[in-house]
Amino acid sequence: MTARRVFVPRDAAARAAGADAVAAAIAGEAARRGLDLEVVRTGSRGMLWLEPLVEVDTPEGRVAFGPVSRRDVSGLFDAGFLSGADHALGQGPVARMPWMMRQQRVTFARTGIVDPLSLADYRAHGGLGGLHKALAMTGAQIVEAVTQSGLRGRGGAGFPTGIKWKTVHDAAADRKYVVCNADEGDSGTFADRMVMEGDPFMLIEGMAIAGLAAGATTGFIYIRSEYPDAIATMSGAVAAAGQAGLLGDSVLGSGRAFRIEVRVGAGAYICGEETSLLESLEGRRGIVRAKPPIPALKGLFGQPTIVNNVLSLAAVPWILAHGAQAYADLGMGRSRGTLPVQLGGNVRRGGLVELAFGVSLRDIVMEFGGGTRSGRPVRAVQVGGPLGAYLPASQLDTPLDYEALAAIGGMVGHGGIVVFDDEADMARQARFAFAFCAAESCGKCTPCRIGATRGVEVMDRIIAGIDRDANLSLLEDLNQLMTDASLCAMGGLTPMPVRSALRHFPEDFRRPALPRAAE
Amino acid sequence: MPAYPAWDADAARALIAERAHLDGAMLPVLHALQERFGHVPREAVPLVAEALNVSRADVHGVVTFYHDFKDAPFAGRVVRLCRAEACQASGCEALVDFLHGRGVPLDERPAHARVAVETVYCLGLCASGPAALVDGEPVARLDPARLAALCEGAAVEAVREMVP
Repeated sequence: MTARRVFVPRDAAARAAGADAVAAAIAGEAARRGLDLEVVRTGSRGMLWLEPLVEVDTPEGRVAFGPVSRRDVSGLFDAGFLSGADHALGQGPVARMPWMMRQQRVTFARTGIVDPLSLADYRAHGGLGGLHKALAMTGAQIVEAVTQSGLRGRGGAGFPTGIKWKTVHDAAADRKYVVCNADEGDSGTFADRMVMEGDPFMLIEGMAIAGLAAGATTGFIYIRSEYPDAIATMSGAVAAAGQAGLLGDSVLGSGRAFRIEVRVGAGAYICGEETSLLESLEGRRGIVRAKPPIPALKGLFGQPTIVNNVLSLAAVPWILAHGAQAYADLGMGRSRGTLPVQLGGNVRRGGLVELAFGVSLRDIVMEFGGGTRSGRPVRAVQVGGPLGAYLPASQLDTPLDYEALAAIGGMVGHGGIVVFDDEADMARQARFAFAFCAAESCGKCTPCRIGATRGVEVMDRIIAGIDRDANLSLLEDLNQLMTDASLCAMGGLTPMPVRSALRHFPEDFRRPALPRAAE
Repeated sequence: MPAYPAWDADAARALIAERAHLDGAMLPVLHALQERFGHVPREAVPLVAEALNVSRADVHGVVTFYHDFKDAPFAGRVVRLCRAEACQASGCEALVDFLHGRGVPLDERPAHARVAVETVYCLGLCASGPAALVDGEPVARLDPARLAALCEGAAVEAVREMVP
């Protein structure tokens, strides 16, 4: 008889809540009781309020217990949790938990289930099906499939992935590159991290398919240094893929080469902007490049380069394996497929919700999220990271869709939703948008470099009640200038949170000034 | 807590040489130097410049552009406290006020301090904030008691297990 298996996440969010101690305690307790038991470390299911979420195999599938602390472990054994017996921390079969039942997991179908570093697990759960199909196709056919799927860049810009790939495919060059942008710096987003820590072979497979499509033999994954767990797991997976022949001179024995190197950023938010990321990869300051030329034609080391977000590349294996139409059948309007939504901030049940485009913000924040963790009313949600709009509770019925959010002055971005309760001061949030831009601007263009600092000063005067009308008018002038004249999205979109805060929460910009202690 | 070795030109040359062949070797080289010495020593700049065939000004420019690269080692614990929007919504600024109240400086590395608390923008722990990375180890759901324990040198695993 094989050992019983217990699954404990190794995702950073689970480790941050004590998953390592829980895993060790379970192994220790099993040894004390003379039980033959294997503790498998997985990614996270994305029910982050329940972490560490421990699962056991039962005839009805995986049964979950959480949040588990080290102190609960002995009691769990006493209650017979290995057979799925009931316990105060019991959550029932994972497949029947409401949070999971309502999702359409495509990209996150394996995360939380498999051992992220086991290629055997990956294959057993449908992995490499897309790559096998791609190896039997021409580059042009792969590009066509990705185009037909309707996949759009998940990094924030929403540019059609197939068109980008076609440009690189059609470009004549001796060397081409695939670059995965894993510099997931937007606050409120963690889906890239969860992919890299929970299902890294999917990203490797997606990059290999991109390499076949474009005729590139080298790929780079640029991971931010703030993600040490993702760096470790991704590096381990790339090494394992090399040993197994999934990467190297002959991908899966096809005779076609593809290699991947993991590179680590150095704490610069701007390196999430694709041209800045390329500069950084080449070994320079992360200064934004002017476009054109676009990276698809003149990218890394001046060569045609596919630069895609983790989620874009991670969606590709499924598209190839199941067909472009199956992916395109999900979603609404021009937003096809699924969006892994990341729900965070002041929310009762935060985590990863993957659904076809079109679900409303209210459904995510109130039904999945259960409202605020503080129990106070939801006042605002920021959608799409630090450069995304602050939307009031009255706009929660907006569907998550690139065009629908753009129509109300917002953006999907990378799919992060941050919830704020009624204690949030939106004038302070607007000030922070400028302060963040000032701290992280690459400094190349004046509207961003100087504008952000002027924005902080103007906001300080508005908050202090100094000449408010004149300063609010100056603020709008500055917003317009940064929007129109900045070189990249950092300066160009910093006004989005500012303007949305001003539009929806004008009262916060008119509060009686509080005397503040000198800093 | 890490104790970093003194400057050693031969060791630095070896670290640089191991990585100089990489495409875009600059960041891997600087990361390796910082990991070894706890900072990017001034003395390393001309060695990197020579090995990578760029000017010393180029190397200096890269070192000073990125927040991660430090100009002096710090032997104590580094608590990188997230102060981005999701952690703001969960109360990280109240923790900053708490640190001020205890006289703990933020974003400074006093020479003989046991702990330095630094601002970071997003650790991807946005549903479990306020969050921090403590010498590279993630800790979630910070409150004043947990942060105080971290500042007093408590083991990370013990802090993770503290009941709120």
